[in-house]
Amino acid sequence: MQVNEYKPLIVAFCCNWCSYAGADLAGNNRLSYPADVKIIRVPCSCRVNPMFILRAFQRGADGVIICGCHPGDCHYTSGNYYARRRMALLFSMLDYLGIERERTRVEWVSAAEGAKFAATMNDFAEKVTALGENKRLEDLRCKK
Amino acid sequence: MRKCSLDSLNLVFAEIAKSQKLYLPVDQTDGSAAFQKWEEGTVYSNVLNTARSAKDFFFPQTENLMEFKTSGKMIEVVDTREECEDFAIFGVRACDAKSFEILDRVFLVEPVDSFYASRRAHGTIITMACSRPSETCFCTAFDIDPAAPAGDISVWKTETEVFWQANTEKGEALMANIVSLTEECTTEAVDEQKAKITAIMNKLPLAQVTTEAFGAGKTKEYFDDPKWDELSEACLGCGTCTFVCPTCQCYDIKEFNTGKGVVRYRCWDSCMYSDFTKMSAGQPRLTQKERFRQRFMHKLVYYPENNNGLFSCVGCGRCLSKCPISMNIVKVMKAIGGK
Amino acid sequence: MQKITRDQLIEKAASLLNDGTVKVVLGWKKGEFDYDITPAVFETEEELRKEFVWSDFCGANFSKYLISKTRKIEGKILVFLKPCDTYSFNQLLTEHRFDREKVYAVGIPCEGMADIDKVKEICGDGIASIDCSGEKMAVTTIYEDAPVMVDCKDVLAERCAVCKSKKHVAYDELMGEEGEVLDCDRFDEVAKLEAMTPDERFAFWQGELSRCIRCNACRDVCPACTCEKCVFDNPDSGVENKSPANTFEEKMFHIIRAFHVAGRCTDCGECSRVCPQHIPLHLLNRKFIKDINTFYGDYQAGAEAGSRAPLVNYTTGDVEPGEVFDRRDSDA
Repeated sequence: MQVNEYKPLIVAFCCNWCSYAGADLAGNNRLSYPADVKIIRVPCSCRVNPMFILRAFQRGADGVIICGCHPGDCHYTSGNYYARRRMALLFSMLDYLGIERERTRVEWVSAAEGAKFAATMNDFAEKVTALGENKRLEDLRCKK
Repeated sequence: MRKCSLDSLNLVFAEIAKSQKLYLPVDQTDGSAAFQKWEEGTVYSNVLNTARSAKDFFFPQTENLMEFKTSGKMIEVVDTREECEDFAIFGVRACDAKSFEILDRVFLVEPVDSFYASRRAHGTIITMACSRPSETCFCTAFDIDPAAPAGDISVWKTETEVFWQANTEKGEALMANIVSLTEECTTEAVDEQKAKITAIMNKLPLAQVTTEAFGAGKTKEYFDDPKWDELSEACLGCGTCTFVCPTCQCYDIKEFNTGKGVVRYRCWDSCMYSDFTKMSAGQPRLTQKERFRQRFMHKLVYYPENNNGLFSCVGCGRCLSKCPISMNIVKVMKAIGGK
Repeated sequence: MQKITRDQLIEKAASLLNDGTVKVVLGWKKGEFDYDITPAVFETEEELRKEFVWSDFCGANFSKYLISKTRKIEGKILVFLKPCDTYSFNQLLTEHRFDREKVYAVGIPCEGMADIDKVKEICGDGIASIDCSGEKMAVTTIYEDAPVMVDCKDVLAERCAVCKSKKHVAYDELMGEEGEVLDCDRFDEVAKLEAMTPDERFAFWQGELSRCIRCNACRDVCPACTCEKCVFDNPDSGVENKSPANTFEEKMFHIIRAFHVAGRCTDCGECSRVCPQHIPLHLLNRKFIKDINTFYGDYQAGAEAGSRAPLVNYTTGDVEPGEVFDRRDSDA
């Protein structure tokens, strides 16, 4: 495969109450973002267990992004605050193990921010494309 | 018997490595030793024994048995077996060498385990006599002589020389490769070292450990011994003892869904784990005491019962030095057998 | 050498047993050699006098045993707690893991525990006896006639060399003097790793974690790992495995293990003590502790029973996950 054809696989965990609707809005407004972004709807960013992120990488993801409501706007009052702490620690740990820090991201995107959703995904995909394939958290059995 | 100088040992390794992969104990960053492939520059370790046993070569911790791939309504079964290449393991100790005999009786009886059999057929075992045993060693309790280790080739190392003695056809074949680097010699120096080792073995703190109280037919006598409660009291239920053990041979067969197919693999299992031999009807050993008892009864009673009195422990001492709570087979033998 | 003696501990235990305050004693039992000490339950003074030991090799932390023993044993249990054990004790109380009423905790001073591997590095294999009663440790091997005198400081376990506290944070009764929380450099190793390039860090951890044999000893000994059923033992979790099939599974296990105890780990160091492959697991736990201290303010798990762990807490002004690297890098 030629280098310039490389398209990263990106998994986006999107909160049902904000960024999932934001993705919809991006679609309705015909804003484009990479087709290789696979959206997984979660009830709240707080639902995302660190295991989900690791398993996404195991199953072939090259980047994982978590999108939730802006701090203060959580549908369940405080879920995104907990998610923020968890992800801060997890990302720092992944970096500590030598895994590229650009492969993970948390972004707050509301239901009204279709443009931000598309821009975020484009930017993230670009960063991950620059890194290339995920080699440090891969499970070869899933690549065959 | 043939010999070479200690300085030329590396040349011998190079010669062996020309025709096959050669593995030998190498010092690790944590102070222990592990078997590693020989390459130019690899230094043979002085550590008494490797942290993991040599059984890994024939019975690795995980191995793929087969794969299933689906396309449409078709399922394709893929045979993942590969032809095993010849390899040699240098520096196996007498205890580990004996463990292969114990594993053979499990994997080479009908139905023969073809994965294991293929590795056994292709592997040449070069053993090394133990000139400086540890306090945790008690192989002599199982009639193993660390001064005259079994294996395809036995090796003795002195301050300046290395002595080689082929014991099998496979060993002879390998010795033929290194004939130009070794010379014929008498057994004097080796006999001297053997006597030294025997004298040390008699001085070891565990020299008096005996298996007399164990063997076939002891199940009824020991199964309900109240001492099992006390012995297993602090057991954490981890798998350290079973995974460092050269003779533990239990495994589980599991499947992994890769998203594109299924890999069926086997991996070591441990009788210390809560889901060991779990069946649809549930778990036959409900408490840690029962799991703990299983391990030692298997080694000291059940296995000998099925294998003409051969115990499935070789006294390597790994569980003595590795158990997080320092409970081990010697303490069990003394408590249960020493009434 | 420990300041408190075996006899003092036996006297204390015997008097509490004999006056009926406690039913059993959780203590250290003598082994085949002088260093292979097993946690055990003692029921009579006679048993104590025969087999109870207290030396530089009594590293085992008894706190976790209280979960199973308080359920199984009728009556009170006497437990001896070293300063670091009391932190685990408090943490377990915070999480309501055992009935405090069923435990009589005696705090005992600790001068640091020895690591037998370090002793062997100095004296070699073939240990016949180790005498810890003097200023220096006297190690006799079967290979030398005279004992080797070892400075206890040279063979201290890693966790004791960077001891965080000599203070007992929980007890019913204290033997000896009350100690203090210490200034220690336990995060130095973590900082060293942080200062490396990602490639170096990756190579370091790949090397360390590839030795893992998944014996689960680190998990099973951990006083913070108290789930009734671990996700890695649950066939329905999708991640259950008994052996790491590849480097991914090694990393996943250790990341999740460390993450699950983040904010609850008291840094007792049992995980690294029991690892048969000498993987520096404390460096994963301490990374989380260091980050928590940096991002959310100093927090010592177990210092106070009932305190709210950082991961079940938040402030509206917390650092954003994307900023943690900047914050850390500017600190370095």
